[in-house]
Amino acid sequence: MAKKSQTFEASMERLDEIVKLLENGDVSLEESIRLFEEGTKLSAQCSKLLDEAELKVTQLMQGPDGTPVEQEIPNA
Amino acid sequence: MDEQLILEVSQVTSYIKEIMDSDGLLTGLCIRGELSNYKTYPSGHHYFTLKDGKAALSCVMFRSNAMRLRFRPENGMTVLAAGRITVYERDGKYQLYCVSMSPEGAGDLSVAFEQLKKKLSAEGLFDESHKKPIPKYPHRIALITSSAGAALHDMLRILGQRYPLSEVKLLPVRVQGAEAPGEIAAALDHANRCRVADLIITGRGGGSMEDLWAFNEEIVARAIYRSEIPVISAVGHEPDVTISDYVADLRAATPSNAAELATPDKQDLIVRLRHLNSRMAQSLGKRLKLSRQQLSLRTSARVLRSPMEYLEDRRQQLDSDMERLAQLMTMHSGKARTDLLRRQERLPAAWQSSILNRRQQSGTLAARLDAMSPLKVLSRGYSITEKSGGSAIRSASELKAGEQIRIRFSKGSALASVDQIMEE
Repeated sequence: MAKKSQTFEASMERLDEIVKLLENGDVSLEESIRLFEEGTKLSAQCSKLLDEAELKVTQLMQGPDGTPVEQEIPNA
Repeated sequence: MDEQLILEVSQVTSYIKEIMDSDGLLTGLCIRGELSNYKTYPSGHHYFTLKDGKAALSCVMFRSNAMRLRFRPENGMTVLAAGRITVYERDGKYQLYCVSMSPEGAGDLSVAFEQLKKKLSAEGLFDESHKKPIPKYPHRIALITSSAGAALHDMLRILGQRYPLSEVKLLPVRVQGAEAPGEIAAALDHANRCRVADLIITGRGGGSMEDLWAFNEEIVARAIYRSEIPVISAVGHEPDVTISDYVADLRAATPSNAAELATPDKQDLIVRLRHLNSRMAQSLGKRLKLSRQQLSLRTSARVLRSPMEYLEDRRQQLDSDMERLAQLMTMHSGKARTDLLRRQERLPAAWQSSILNRRQQSGTLAARLDAMSPLKVLSRGYSITEKSGGSAIRSASELKAGEQIRIRFSKGSALASVDQIMEE
């Protein structure tokens, strides 16, 4: 899940960048179309991540030998 | 006097002690007084004097009792000291054996709170400059709280609603009682050592000042300060402020509030994505419109419509420029001799190079235009076939057998008639 959040953050950053590039108008028509395609793909991906995600909770416990062990707990 | 009883020093001292020790009042006292000469010995025993305007009383507090003090006694403080008074036989003096002490007026906890707050503030533990920013999108959130409390339940519910993309690591600890401060501090250190998260929330639900006390302990405050991972402190209800709140990078009013401060809201993100989408579409629309305008501007440019005419115009412009240049030179030669002498060295050279430049530019332009001209194509051996009306023929289907046609070459043209049509 942490990976999903990382993907989400990176996608949002790229999206912001794309919007800025498109709005600046310094890019060629061809590049604009390519950026637009990339942007809409990213935004769809972000929406999908948000819609489908479920909070994952793990508990860090002291194992029998004192080392911490992770244990997944059902979401309350 | 010979019948008089003779006693040893120790005997009489012991006698006095027995009297005092059997006295109901002296064995269970609570005394109000001002602290002075307060000394803490390496043994852990505390020695001090309680006084008022008229009298003074020596006091001792042994290590086992002194350890339980919640506040730091200071000279000048008015306190209530409880204990018993008896004789210290070696020195032959009586003193109060103090078992507990609290500041008069304010509770010992609030005095302890103020004392620790003052101390840590002076050390810079609350400095804004030390506070770390809370990540915009927390990937992993460590919760250091009780696994049984309502606080955990509330936080998980809100985190799940707002930003289910992050992963929650629960580090269960006791949040009240003697063990709590050590466990909370250890969990904070563990979270940092193992880098289990990029954000920590530590706290508990509401309770009395005594219940929340773990978050006023120095050991917890220092662990929060040490943490390289940003910490949100979430203790009790809105009005409860703890030392942890001051040290943490961000103070939340309640655990639920901490979950809100820690995460972006899913609903806001969805709105933002929609907004970004429409901005992209709008920009692309604008870009397309611009390209269309540029295209129509270019197709109507003169250089494309009639290249030879354009070239002739440029040549004429060049001629008139050179004429003006010549005139200028004549005018200048008529001016003051000194002026001329000063300039004639460098100006003609500048003019020359400027003329040369223009010639070169004009030459390359002419060559480029020439390459595009239909005449150039003809000169490579191609020809244009026209109908008698003068329109160029692009397909054999435009012709009928026996029709007259004109063939234009690079130089001259010929009339011909069609024998046979061969369509593909």
